[in-house]
Amino acid sequence: MCDQEVMGADFMTDIASDVIAIIAKRKRADKPNVELSDRLDSLGLESLDGVEMIFDLEEKFDIQIPYNANTGNLRTQFDTVNDVVSAIESLVAQRKSPAT
Amino acid sequence: MSRVVVTGLGAVTPLGHSIGSYWQNLKAGASGIGPVTLTPANDELVQKAVAEVKQFDPLAHFPEREVSALDRVSQFAIVAAREAIAQSGITFDMPLSLRAAAIIGSGVGGQTTHDDSFRRIYREDRKRVSPLTIPRLMVNAPASQISMACGLRGPAFVVASACASATHAIGLAFHMVRSGQVECAVTGGAEACITFGTLRGWEAMRVMSPDVCRPFSRGRMGLILGEGAAMVVLEPLERARARGAEILGEIVGFGMGADAADLTAPDRGGMVRAMRAALADAGLAPRDIQYVNAHGTGTAANDESETGALHDVFGTHAEKLAISSTKSMVGHALGAAGALELAAMLLAAREGIVPPTIGYLGPDPACDLDYVPNKARAVTIDAAMSNSFAFGGLNAVLVTKKFS
Repeated sequence: MCDQEVMGADFMTDIASDVIAIIAKRKRADKPNVELSDRLDSLGLESLDGVEMIFDLEEKFDIQIPYNANTGNLRTQFDTVNDVVSAIESLVAQRKSPAT
Repeated sequence: MSRVVVTGLGAVTPLGHSIGSYWQNLKAGASGIGPVTLTPANDELVQKAVAEVKQFDPLAHFPEREVSALDRVSQFAIVAAREAIAQSGITFDMPLSLRAAAIIGSGVGGQTTHDDSFRRIYREDRKRVSPLTIPRLMVNAPASQISMACGLRGPAFVVASACASATHAIGLAFHMVRSGQVECAVTGGAEACITFGTLRGWEAMRVMSPDVCRPFSRGRMGLILGEGAAMVVLEPLERARARGAEILGEIVGFGMGADAADLTAPDRGGMVRAMRAALADAGLAPRDIQYVNAHGTGTAANDESETGALHDVFGTHAEKLAISSTKSMVGHALGAAGALELAAMLLAAREGIVPPTIGYLGPDPACDLDYVPNKARAVTIDAAMSNSFAFGGLNAVLVTKKFS
């Protein structure tokens, strides 16, 4: 199983590892790894990093993420990396089973 | 150095296809924002609210064989220029033609041609595009087309600085007339980029309002894309007087600068420097200004930064200013915005009526000035300022005076 490779000491889903890889690509903070427990505002995301990250996530998972930069920023909508993972998991689940 | 006056105004806008209808609707606080029709409002499109120039029929303005060479942006540009020139009463015969400039702002030029042509080959698998694809879409087309349609043989070019394009263009034209480099200028801005591809691009930035534009208001949700053109005729005061022209207003100052900071986030310091440069160029003090036509896009970031910058520049006088964003009514016409706003500012001073900021729900703690909410107001205006702050951190500000 390919997901074995990304399992560390804690179980991590495919989605979680993909989200972490996408966030890691945008982070500017001087920090070797992105962890599920990391707060978004500790990762040094600037200006357009947030919307570029959303684009990467939407492309990766074929989902539409509702987000308007005028009503808050990513750091206020999602506290931790794990919050982003949960939101993506939920959007992916919705895509797989459209509302009846 | 000559005093530079405006003797003609023309406009094609979401609130009417003439300067008169535009101004009447601005004063009435009408909204030009509605559902998109220029591209199918299907499920592929999230952003469905725009400010379109409605029911614009090119064949009402141009013979059929001319239309094939004109992108929508050039059609708007020519119609507005012709109206402004007609109002000025100038005919560009020799030798005046040689010393008459066409300096036009446009953010992206012929975007409709771009989208339509490349959709054919990339999506519809057609084999060829029109031979006029390139001359229609080139960003200089609006200036070239005005020069040809109106017989202007002096300096002609397009200025591209995104949302500040028209203000930069008008500022350059103003300085060229003031210094005597040209004897007359047709200047302004034109934009027509409500296309599927452009809307999708704006959507991806996550700065668009889903319904209306509420600059400086509590609960504002972002900007609304607009389109249109506005043009003015500039000439030296002595020339206008000598030919007995009606003088609609005076341009007295222009300031510009760059943030050299973030690609899209507004910079309060950069805004301040451009406003101060425009006041210095005009030889006016902050207390001399009564009205500011704000950049006021309706995004959280712009409106807060611009309010802060107005405090910095105007000090305690900021509270006495009437400030409004006409983008609440016509959306953000990007490279044409500064020209639409200059026209509004000149007419506001002339009539002593400030057009409102519509859609205003109530104060936001970060935006604590007088934005003339929802209803036009009588204000005696001697001098006014118009701000344009572009993506890429490019800022341009004009100062005008009522002519007396």
